[in-house]
Amino acid sequence: MSSRVGRIYRISGPLVVAEGLAGVMMYEVVRVGEEGLIGEVIAIRGDRTFIQVYEETSGLTVGEKVVPTGKPLSAELGPGLIGSIYDGLQRPEKEIGVKTGSIFIERGVSVPPLRREVKWSFEKNREIKLGDKIAPGDIVGFVKETPLVLHKIMVPPEVGGYVKWIADDGDYTIEDSVAIVSLGDREYEVKMYQPWPIRRPRPHSEKLGPIEPLITGIRVIDYMFPIAKGGKAAIPGGFGTGKTVALQEITKWSHADIAIYVGCGERGNEMSDALTSFMKLLDPRRGRLMMERSVFIANTSNMPVAARETSVFLGVTIGEYFRDMGYDVVMVADSTSRWAEAMREISGRMEEMPGEEGFPAYLSSRLAEFYERAGRVKVLGRPERSGSLTIFGAVSPPGGDFSEPVVRSTVRYVQCFYALDYGLATRRHFPAINWLMSYSLYIDFVKAYWNKLSRWSEYRETALKILQREAELSDIVRLVGPEALPEEDKLTLEISRMIREDFLQQSALNPVDSYSPPEKDVMIMEAVMEFYRLAGRALMKGVTVARVRELKSRTLIAQMKYYTLEQLKSGVFENIVNSIRSDFKELLGG
Amino acid sequence: MTLESLYVKSTKQIFGVRGSLLFVKAIGGIRYGEIVEVSLDGTSILGQVIDVSRDIAVVQVFGSTAGITPGLTTVKFYGETIKIPASIDMLGRILDGLARPIDGGPQIIPEDYLDIHGNALNPALRIPPSEPIETGISVLDSLLTLVRGQKLPIFSGSGLPHNRIAMQIVRQAAVRGSGEKFVVVFGAIGVTYEEAAYFLNELRSMGALDRTIAFIAPASASTVEKLALPRTALTAAEFIAWNYDMHVLTILTDMTNYAESLREISAAREEVPGRRGYPGYMYTDLATIYERAGRVSTKKGSMTIMPILTMPDDDITHPIPDLTGYITEGQIVLSRDIWRKGIYPPVDVFLSLSRLMKEGIGKDKTREDHREVFSQLISAYAEAQYLRELSAIVGLESLTPRDKKYLEFADLFERKFMNQGEYERRSFEQTLDIGWEILSILPEDELKQISPQTLKKFHPRYRFEVEGRK
Ligand SMILES: Nc1ncnc2c1ncn2[C@@H]1O[C@H](COP(=O)(O)OP(=O)(O)OP(=O)(O)O)[C@@H](O)[C@H]1O
Ligand SMILES: [Mg+2]
Repeated sequence: MSSRVGRIYRISGPLVVAEGLAGVMMYEVVRVGEEGLIGEVIAIRGDRTFIQVYEETSGLTVGEKVVPTGKPLSAELGPGLIGSIYDGLQRPEKEIGVKTGSIFIERGVSVPPLRREVKWSFEKNREIKLGDKIAPGDIVGFVKETPLVLHKIMVPPEVGGYVKWIADDGDYTIEDSVAIVSLGDREYEVKMYQPWPIRRPRPHSEKLGPIEPLITGIRVIDYMFPIAKGGKAAIPGGFGTGKTVALQEITKWSHADIAIYVGCGERGNEMSDALTSFMKLLDPRRGRLMMERSVFIANTSNMPVAARETSVFLGVTIGEYFRDMGYDVVMVADSTSRWAEAMREISGRMEEMPGEEGFPAYLSSRLAEFYERAGRVKVLGRPERSGSLTIFGAVSPPGGDFSEPVVRSTVRYVQCFYALDYGLATRRHFPAINWLMSYSLYIDFVKAYWNKLSRWSEYRETALKILQREAELSDIVRLVGPEALPEEDKLTLEISRMIREDFLQQSALNPVDSYSPPEKDVMIMEAVMEFYRLAGRALMKGVTVARVRELKSRTLIAQMKYYTLEQLKSGVFENIVNSIRSDFKELLGG
Repeated sequence: MTLESLYVKSTKQIFGVRGSLLFVKAIGGIRYGEIVEVSLDGTSILGQVIDVSRDIAVVQVFGSTAGITPGLTTVKFYGETIKIPASIDMLGRILDGLARPIDGGPQIIPEDYLDIHGNALNPALRIPPSEPIETGISVLDSLLTLVRGQKLPIFSGSGLPHNRIAMQIVRQAAVRGSGEKFVVVFGAIGVTYEEAAYFLNELRSMGALDRTIAFIAPASASTVEKLALPRTALTAAEFIAWNYDMHVLTILTDMTNYAESLREISAAREEVPGRRGYPGYMYTDLATIYERAGRVSTKKGSMTIMPILTMPDDDITHPIPDLTGYITEGQIVLSRDIWRKGIYPPVDVFLSLSRLMKEGIGKDKTREDHREVFSQLISAYAEAQYLRELSAIVGLESLTPRDKKYLEFADLFERKFMNQGEYERRSFEQTLDIGWEILSILPEDELKQISPQTLKKFHPRYRFEVEGRK
């Protein structure tokens, strides 16, 4: 290490400028002041080094020392991640609470991210023999981290050679070596954990295209605007429009192997609400606690702003690590706007040229660096496998106005756009995803999956058309009232209302409705479409919409979402379809 | 402020003055954020270091810079950040933005000196808020229940009765349960002389003063005192909540004045302004205030915050309400239209929402029928609003008898349920009973949000029967 100890020259909020740090690298971690606060080098101008400090800086004085560490800001990856609650610097918050005995986060505390004393039961990979050639990503063994997660111990990127030794099955701590790899006269000890710089994407062997949807359990997403595994989505919306609830629901119900929840500059009560429910709720597909497949990063709005950026990059890094094991990972970030604001604050203090609304010119490229780490990939190493990382980012535009810089930059990098609508939210239509403004660019990739279940392409298109038509008619209705419309349009409005209320609306508060598996989506939509088909026929025979509206089966369809898939399958669905048919038969007969 | 602590350094080298900022020669060892004292002939004012380099320290002065003369004025550095004395004896007292008595009483004898900026609660130790606070105001308690540990603001407008609502809550708020201790901390920021006099009068005449601490920084106070006030109030609140196991409700009014002060200082610092001139860090700044609300698993007490703000031009998308809404857990929006009808408190129940309410109501918390009464009142009132609009287009005559019942319901809802005396305290039970009374004018089969069991138990018709038979 060629760099030397420097001295603080200036302190301005989270920004510290140091002098005399010769040889320091960009993004190197430095320890600031006598307390050794964690900082990261974000600019070097001549002899002055600009450091963003991840802890409260009050009380620092000019002249205090700044010590370089020679290392970039890194995550520690290994058994123990699952079920953890980290701050933006990967300090485990529960353990910090125990260690300090305080209800507050105090600065300068350091606790390692992964527990050193825990012994994990390691099972070696039987395929690997002494003397085998071994390369990055190769799996040397397994640890059953939780009942839901088999943690695969991989050779870290950039390590390779021949297996000189491999540990027998047994209990080890993460500091113990489980294999030794030699290359020439150099030896590398493979441990159960590995560090990785959070700003650097973990390498993979090949990027793969999207092939199947990531089911989220939210009907309007899965059926109307599906996301693919490895996809990127933005959820923009004003306050109270339902971003956090949507992200929490996605983390809960997604058909992913691992879920990562990043609370970045948001509320503490929300984090504790999410944590509490993850400790209680069962993963519907495997009947185990959701916490057993989740990682939390909680950097609330009152915690140091600079750590908002590290929270999102820490989240993706952990996501990529599990992806590399061959898993499908979902990560949500609430809210990327808070991170962008932190960037703006630091940039302002560095007296950089401000771009639009004071955001730095590199806002857009920083967002790209984040979203581009999503994807479905063929990962490094043997056995051959693929994994995916899907990212959902909330955006909180001022005044709910989507023309602001963060929304506009984000749109360029995401494939799914779920626009939350203030109007819908005040009418308590949740999720308040506006069906006219939202889109998914994955339709062609997921249609094979959906069309196997149902006439999805056709129904989806019909439903969207009806909703579109409703929007066109709404102006007329406002002027003359709904009764003045021709019968055909009245039917459109009636079906549109069914689509909105019986299908799109989905309450996160209702224990049954909050998770809707694809088969259930299909059944509800089929019932609505059957009703529509028969109503259209009835209209041609002179029946009025007023009478169609009164049909008993209309209410039955509205009740469908409150049945579980099992109930629907074992008779309920059939009964409802039959009542629809007999209702119309009666209507025409009578 | 620990004025007792010995200052170690001082200088007379002032390079310049701009607004409330002093640019001072940096002497060795100045701490970022530390407090300074600027002495003018005879008097002195306080300030804080907001930027420091080897050459220059930027000092924000907590008052007017008039009279400061480079070369003559002395700047002393205290080596400490801004602190206030904290004590349980603050109960019953009226203090200023830096916790100095303004009620003529003695100085606070501190149990501790605390940095007003506080520390962030450890997210992993928080527990979700789930018990109600009874404000005694029907429309709030029934439809917008405040939950211990929540931060729920009132969005008002100039001329609307938010100060009266604030005082009513200070007087009436309580928590249920024996052995639970409840305290209100009241903070008034940048209020006019008349408002301050009103608050002082009310506070002195109310019996509840002994369980209240009031902090008042009038409009004439220095910018920095106004900026310090919410933090001072919350520091006192935290001290009592966490050290004395009490449930503390902190009411802060008017946070719009706070935001204006923030903007003023940002402009003086020549920072790049964000939307409408407010600093880009306003979200974070407000969050460090409001996030002090909460509950933690290891303590019995709780911190609840109810900020009050006036929306400039009644515009909810203005940065002040907008950023507040992004931080708080819902909002109570006051309505000028309803106020014009002479209804107090005039709440727009459709724009308002208490996000944490669902966990804090029901059996053993408020009453078992609360959830259903809530949904039914909201949906009936929404239906009535729709019919009001419709009748404006098609005329009252073309409404059905059922529709007319709804219109009648809406009137009762506003005049009987929402409308309430300023000195009238209604318990949860009384509130819910009035809810039933007005719902009972609707045909029973319209009460779709209410289960048959609940209906049998609480609908006035059946209740009367049961009680009559006894
Ligand atoms: N799917 C849903 N089902 C039922 N209620 C919902 C749903 N989504 C949102 N809500 C309601 O809306 C409220 C606000 O939602 P949420 O907290 O997700 O908003 P947000 O967009 O994250 O707001 P902010 O930007 O202020 O954080 C919730 O407390 C809940 O009452
Ligand atoms: Mg949110």
